[in-house]
Formats: sequence, C-alpha cells, structure tokens
Amino acid sequence: MGEIIAEIDHLKKSFDGNAVLTDINLKIAKGENLVVFGKSGSGKSVLIKCMVGLEEPDGGNVILFGKNIADLNSDQLNQIRKKVGFLFQSAALYDSMTVRENLEFPLRDIKSMSKDEKDALVVEALANVSLENAMNKMPSELSGGMRKRVGLARTLILKPEIMLYDEPTTGLDPITSKEISNLILEVQQKYNTSSIIITHDVECAQITANRMVIIKNGLCFAEGTFDELSNSKDEWVRSFFTKA
Amino acid sequence: MATDIKNTPQPILLTDADPVEGSYLTALKEFFLEVARLTRFTGRFFREVVKPPYELNMIIKQCYSLGYKSFPLIAITGFIMGLVLTIQSRPTLADFGAVSWLPAMVAISIVREIGPVIAALIFAGKVGSGIGAELASMKVTEQIDAMEVSGMNPFKYLVVTKVVSATLMLPVLVIAADAIALGGAYIGCNLQGAVNDHLFFLDVFQKLSFSDIYPATIKTFFFGFFIGIIGCYKGYYSKQGTEGVGIAANSAVVIGSLAVFIIDMIAVQVTSMFN
Repeated sequence: MGEIIAEIDHLKKSFDGNAVLTDINLKIAKGENLVVFGKSGSGKSVLIKCMVGLEEPDGGNVILFGKNIADLNSDQLNQIRKKVGFLFQSAALYDSMTVRENLEFPLRDIKSMSKDEKDALVVEALANVSLENAMNKMPSELSGGMRKRVGLARTLILKPEIMLYDEPTTGLDPITSKEISNLILEVQQKYNTSSIIITHDVECAQITANRMVIIKNGLCFAEGTFDELSNSKDEWVRSFFTKA
Repeated sequence: MATDIKNTPQPILLTDADPVEGSYLTALKEFFLEVARLTRFTGRFFREVVKPPYELNMIIKQCYSLGYKSFPLIAITGFIMGLVLTIQSRPTLADFGAVSWLPAMVAISIVREIGPVIAALIFAGKVGSGIGAELASMKVTEQIDAMEVSGMNPFKYLVVTKVVSATLMLPVLVIAADAIALGGAYIGCNLQGAVNDHLFFLDVFQKLSFSDIYPATIKTFFFGFFIGIIGCYKGYYSKQGTEGVGIAANSAVVIGSLAVFIIDMIAVQVTSMFN
C-alpha cells in the first residue's frame, strides 16, 4: 500500500440506539479504488457521510490528508471538503440551476480565477463526461444517467484528491451502469484520485475495484481483491456475489 | 465542525406512568426544545450575516423573487382591503353623522394596523410557505448536503439571503399595499357619494401623522424577519421524505402567521408606552 490519504479508525455510529457501524477500520492509499460492499442498511452510506462530516460519528476518528476532521473548525473542514468529491446516489443536482450553473457553483468562492478560466473548467468537466451539449439544460430535462454524469462533472471540477461514490449505478440500466463504472475508472486513471465506491453492483465492483471491503454487522467482515472475495471460502461472502 | 453537522436533538421520550400526562409533558418539552433550536438557528443567522463574503447578487435575486413577485397579490389584497373597509364603515359612521370622518378613519386603520398585518399574513402564506417548501425539498433531495460537501456554506447562500430579502421586502410591500388601499378607499367613498380626490387625500394626510407611520413601518421589518427565519428553519431542518416538505411549508405559514400577531401585540404595547 502506497501513501495513505485517508484513514478510518475504530469508527462507530448508531441511530436511536441501533448500532450501524460498530468498529470500522480502513485505510485508503493514493490512487486506489476501494469498493465497499454490504447489504442494504449495513451502514455503507453512513460510512462515507461520516468521512465528510455530514454525520457525526459516535466514536473513532476519520483522518483525511493527515488531519482528524473532528478537530477542525468549520472553515478548516470546508477546506478539506474542497479536496473531497462526493457523488450522491440521486446526483443531488441543484434543480433551480442549469447544468452550467451547477458546475460553476463550487467555483464561486475562488476569487483568483477569471470568468474565462471558470468557463474553460466547466467545458472541460462536461467534456470528461461527454455532456458538452447539455450545458444549458435544466436538471429536470436530463435522464438518470445524464444526471449522474453531471453530478460527477460537478464534483470533478474542483479536481478532488478523494472521490466518494454513493451507489453510482443504482437505478440505471446495465449499459448506462457500465458507462458510469468505466467513467469512475477513467477518473481514477486521469486524475490519480483515490476513491471509495459504495455499491451493490457486482459488475461495477469488478470494473472499478482495486480492493474490496464487505461490511457486516457494523464491521469490516471481509477484505481483498474482487477475485479473492468472489472465490472466498466463506459461504456468505461468496453467496453475496452470486446472489447479486 | 459542530455547526456543520446536522445533529438536531432528538425528542426526549418520557417514561411516565400516566400516558396522557406523559404526552403533555413530552409535547411541552418538545415545544421548548423547538424554541431552543430556533433560537440557535437565529443566533447562527446573526453570526453569518456579518461574516464576509456577502452574497449581494443572491440577495438582489431573492428580493426580486420574494418581493417583486409578491407585489401583484399584495396589491390586489390592498385594493380590496381599502374598498371593503370603506364600504363597510360608511353606514355606521352615517348613523352618527360622521361620514366626513370616513377618509381619515380608514386611512389610520389601514396605515397603523390593517395594512401591515394583512400584508404580512399574505406574505407569510406566499413567501413563508415557499421558503419552507423550497428548502425542505432541497434537503430531501440532498442538495443542501451537496452544497456542504463541496465546501460551500449553504446556510449563508440559502438562509441568510432569504431572511435578509424577506426583512427588506415586506416593509416596501406594506407601504405599497397601504397606498393602493387608500386608492381603494377613495373608490369606495365615490361608490356611494361623490368625493373630490383632492379633498379625500387632503383629509387623509391631515389626520395621518408620522407617529402613525413610523411604528407601523418598523414593525414590518420584524414581521419580515420572523416570516423568513421561521420558513428557513422549518425547511432547513425538515425530516426526510416528501411528507416533510408539506409539513415544513404548512408549519412555516402557521407559525409565521402566529409570530405576526404576537409581534403586532408587542408592537402595540411598546407604541402605547411611548405615546
């Protein structure tokens, strides 16, 4: 494992007394794609929400770029967040803004950048996801796959060092799912980003994963490459792959 | 970090033996918790409003959206208010032989009380519910979360701009509504007897004093602020799900309207003290 860019140390989180994450320990290396598998409700999305401060952990530490996020004030946390891209399951596009305005939004605070430079970045980000022609469309005019790609372009515009994908292929047809999975791989190769990909999609995991973790009962139950886990001696782990 | 994490306190469950008593206590406790959360939210507004960068473009956009787009509704309401008040008051004044007092009486009623309160209630219905529903729907579809994780400050961009715009726009709308209501009153006077426009407005402005206008205008800033902050609070902390959007919009109107009456009551007491 190369340079560690993110570390999760004994992370705990419960909701209304129900423990969702009991003791999660993970390390993500620079340029690595880590796929997190698990049943619905196993806390996969909660894990990445804890990483960006959208959920407050009950215990444990999240260390990003060498800094424990629990020790940061809101300005410091926002600086860290600019280096972390988050693709929501629903893409979470701002529905009162056009695609262009959605992409320009994260750049608003960058005063050192001229309007032309920002325009160039928007064009580049949309070209990366092959949606140059959708620039002036409203989110309501886009298909599910296009929304995901615009969401991805919006997160990529700040050139994040870590990407967090929350079920990027859920709700998409197999062809579009494969396109999104390939896009995730392209992003990793082009920008050398580290990624955590939360998914149920075996094909997405096969395409994107350098390493996989399976969460069960709030713990990292199994860890390995796609081939290792799909041929695991543990019946539950193996059946997870065949059932999916 | 504490301000960024949505850790709204959970309702406290009581284990009281009497379920009825327990539910009253729970409701009471929930009420005070809600007041505490709203106070904390308002405190955050005042911290953020003075902190740069200032979202001036967004404030102007919101002023257009909340103020200008509410003008037709407020104008129609104001006109009808003036017309109806005049027509309804005339017979009573006629019984006392005081029809000549009609313009002054209607003007003072409108400027001091009816204009600000009715306009504020219309504003709460249109703008308060709109803010509540918009923010709640952004919350449900994770748009607010998306702003947070991109390192932006959604509170400043969404809440501060809307509350500032509501605070600035309502007084302007009330002044417009008052003026249009006086126009309606003039027409109302002329429906049942000819009154010269010069005479009507001369009578109105002779009887109206600055002590009628200032307190009435000042209280509309408070109306606008509370309608805005309550709408934003209800939307920003709405619970997940589409049901939460409706609840946020509805409670923004109900609590906003109630706040208008409470502030009006306080304003009347304060004004009476100074008078």
